[in-house]
Amino acid sequence: MGLTNQSTGIGIIDRMIEIKSTSPEDFIIALAGNPNTGKSTVFNSLTGLKQHTGNWPGKTVTNAQGRYSYRERNYTLVDLPGTYSILANSVEEQIARDFICFGNPQVTIVVMDATCLERNLNLALQILEITDRVVLCVNLMDEARRKNISINLNKLSEILGVPVVGTSARNGEGLDNLKNAVEKVALGKIKPNPNSIAYNDKVQGGIEELTPYINSKIGDRIDNSWLALRLIDRDNSLLESISNFLKLDLMQNRVISEKLLDIWERLSRDGYTEETLRDNIVTSLIKESEIISKSVVTNIKNQKNLDYKIDNILTSKTFGFPIMIALLGIIFWITIVGANYPSEMLAKGFFWIEEQLLVLFSYLKTPPWIHEILVLGMYRTLAWVVSVMLPPMAIFFPIFTLLEDLGYLPRIAFNLDYYFKKACTHGKQALTMCMGFGCNAAGVIACRIIDSPRERLIGIITNNFVPCNGRFPILIAMAGMFIAGFAGIFGAFAATLSILVAIVLGIFITLIISRILSKTILKGLPSTFTLELPPYRKPQIGRIIIRSIFDRTLFVLGRAVVVAAPAGAVIWIMGNINLGGISLLVHCARFFDPFARLIGLDGYIFMAFILGLPANEIVIPILIMSYMSKGSMLELSSLNEMKELFINNGWTWMTAVCTMIFTLNHWPCATTLLTIRKETQSWKWTWISFIVPTITGIIICFIVAQTARILGIV
Amino acid sequence: MKEKIISLNKLAIGSSGLVKQLTAQGNIRRRLLDLGITKDTIIESLRKSPKGDPIAFQIRSAVIALRSEESSKILVQWIE
Repeated sequence: MGLTNQSTGIGIIDRMIEIKSTSPEDFIIALAGNPNTGKSTVFNSLTGLKQHTGNWPGKTVTNAQGRYSYRERNYTLVDLPGTYSILANSVEEQIARDFICFGNPQVTIVVMDATCLERNLNLALQILEITDRVVLCVNLMDEARRKNISINLNKLSEILGVPVVGTSARNGEGLDNLKNAVEKVALGKIKPNPNSIAYNDKVQGGIEELTPYINSKIGDRIDNSWLALRLIDRDNSLLESISNFLKLDLMQNRVISEKLLDIWERLSRDGYTEETLRDNIVTSLIKESEIISKSVVTNIKNQKNLDYKIDNILTSKTFGFPIMIALLGIIFWITIVGANYPSEMLAKGFFWIEEQLLVLFSYLKTPPWIHEILVLGMYRTLAWVVSVMLPPMAIFFPIFTLLEDLGYLPRIAFNLDYYFKKACTHGKQALTMCMGFGCNAAGVIACRIIDSPRERLIGIITNNFVPCNGRFPILIAMAGMFIAGFAGIFGAFAATLSILVAIVLGIFITLIISRILSKTILKGLPSTFTLELPPYRKPQIGRIIIRSIFDRTLFVLGRAVVVAAPAGAVIWIMGNINLGGISLLVHCARFFDPFARLIGLDGYIFMAFILGLPANEIVIPILIMSYMSKGSMLELSSLNEMKELFINNGWTWMTAVCTMIFTLNHWPCATTLLTIRKETQSWKWTWISFIVPTITGIIICFIVAQTARILGIV
Repeated sequence: MKEKIISLNKLAIGSSGLVKQLTAQGNIRRRLLDLGITKDTIIESLRKSPKGDPIAFQIRSAVIALRSEESSKILVQWIE
C-alpha cells in the first residue's frame, strides 16, 4: 500500500490560497507569523471574525480570510499558516511562502511574539528577503510587560527598515496604529527599505553572480537576489512553485543552470557540502536575529518565572497524570451535576409547549397524522435534543475552552508523548485527539498539523476513538441513569468516574489501534517531533464564555437540530407504517436484534446508532422515540422516567455499559466521514476510518457481553 | 571536565550546554536549525516529562520539548 500524495491526501491541501469575495480595489494583506504568537487574535480583532483561537501551536490549519475597512478603503486579510520558517520544510511553509511570493499581497504583516522576539525575528528576516512591503506587528506587548521585557520598537524599525507596531491584540491595544501603518505601506506613503542579510563572502559572491541572469528571465516579479540564494541552496520546492505560478522552468535556461553548476563547484572546492551550505545560510539568519534582538530587547533574563513553577507541577512525574485525570474528572463532574437541573427545567418547558401545540392543532382541526408527525415526531425529538444536549454543552465547552486558552493542551501532549512515541505516531496526535473531544470532524481537520502522511492518516483514522460533544450526552445520560442510580449518594461521583473510565479507555484504544496501524497497513517510524510549550496566558473569562457558547455550543446544537427534526419525522413514520400488523420500525429492529444481542445491545439500540449516522446527538432521541412508538407512551420529563422506559424495554446495567462502549467505538458520523474523504481525497481511507472503529466496538462489546453472561452477573 | 561533549538528552536537568554540533541530517536538521539550535547556542535542560521522554528545553527564550530521537543528535558542551 503505497503512501503516494494521491492516497494520503497531502496533495489536497490547496497549493495556493484562493482569494474569496473581494473587489479589485481591495488591498490584499497577508498575515504571517510563528505559531502561537496571537496571529489569529490579531486577525479576529482586525476583521471582527470569530476564528477560533487556542493557546497551542498550529491552531490555524485552514486559511481564514476576512475584510476590514479603514479610512474608506477595504482590505482583505489572509491568515497564513503559522510557521517558524518559510524555507519550505513542510506544506504549511510552502503555502505561506507561495502566497507571499506569488499571491501579490500589497502588504505582509508579520506578527511577532514580544516575549520571544529573537526566535520570531528569524521568520521576519526571511520574509523581508522576499518582499519589502512588510509591517512588523510585535504582539503580546502586555505579556512582555508583565515579564519585565521591554522592546525598543523604534530602534527595531530603524534596524530593519520597515514600520514596527506594538500591539496587544487581545485588548485591542495598538490595532489602530497597525491599520495606519498598513495603509501607509499599501499606498506607498512609506517605502520600507530593509537591510539585507550579510551572508559570507562565498555565498554572497554566488548571489551577485547569478542575480543578473535571473533578472533577465524573471524581471522584478520576485526579489532577484533572494531567488539566487534559494537556487544556490537547491530549493526545489521553490522551482516547482515558480513553474506552477509563473509558468517558467528556470532550470531549462542554459545560462542559469550552467552558472549554478559553476557556483556549486566553486563552493564545494571551498569546502561547502549541500548540508554545510544550508547550515551556513540558516545560521546567518539566526545570528542576525540574535544580534538584532540583543540590541532592542532589554531584561530578557528573568525566565524562571511562574510558568516554570507551574510546569514543574503540571508535568511532574508525581502529579502530571493525576492532575490531568483529576482536571478531566472535575470538568465532567461539574457538567453532570450542573446540567441536571436546567435539563429538567427545559424538558418541562418543552413539554408544556408540546401540550399547547396539540391544543392548537386540535383547534385547527388538522388530520391527526399531520400533527402527530409534526409534534410527536419532529417537535418531540427536537425538544429532547435541546434539553438533553444544551445544558451539558453550555457547561462543558466554556470549561474546556478555558483550559485551551490557558495553554494546558500542549502540556497534555508533553505528558502523553511517551505513549504516542511507543505507538509509533506523531506527538501532535495528542493535540488532534484533544480537538476530537470537541468535534471529531474538527479533530480530523486539525490532523493537518502533522506533516508526515503516514502519521497524519493514523491521526485521522483514530480520531473517532475519543468521544466528541455529540457523544458525551449519551455517555452522560447512560452514566446518570444506570450508574449514578445504583450508587446512591455517591451517584454523581460514580457517574463521573465511569465517564472518566470511558475516556481513558478511548485514549488507550487510540494508542493500541495506532500501534497496530503502524505495524500493519501504515508501517513506519515516528518522524521528527518538536513541541513548543507556550507561556500560560491569562484567559479572558467573558470572551471565553461568549465565544464557546456562540461558536461551539450553538454551532453543534444547530447541527443537531437540523438533523434531528427530519430524523424525528422519519422515525415517527417508520414507527407508524404497519406491514403485516407490525410497524416498519419493529421489522427493522427485529432484523438487527439477534446480532445486536450478541454484543450486549438490542435491535432498537443498534438501529438508533445506524439512524444516528447524520449526527450522534440524535441517537438517544431516536431510541426514546422507537421505544415509545411501540405503544408505551410515556410523558418523559425526567431522567428517571427515561430510565424506567429503558428498563421496561429490557435494559440492564450491562446494556448501558455496552451502549457506552459502542458509543465510544463505532462508525464516525456523516460529517466526520465526509471530512475524512475531503482530507484524504480517498474513499479507501474513508472506508478504513469507518470500519476500524466499528470492528473495534463490536469486538469489545461482544467480549464484555459474553463475559458478563458466562459469569452470570447480569 | 568542562570540555566534555555530551548529547543534549544526557544533559542533567537544570544545567545548560553550549551547542557544538548537530549530527542530524536532512529534514530533522533543518527543523532544529529553524528553532534556533545553531552552533554556540546555549540550551538549558528544563524538565523531563512524566515518563522521562520527551524533555523540555529552554531554547532562545522559548520552551521546546524534544524527543530523545532528536535531542540525542545535538551535541553540547556542559557549561554549568
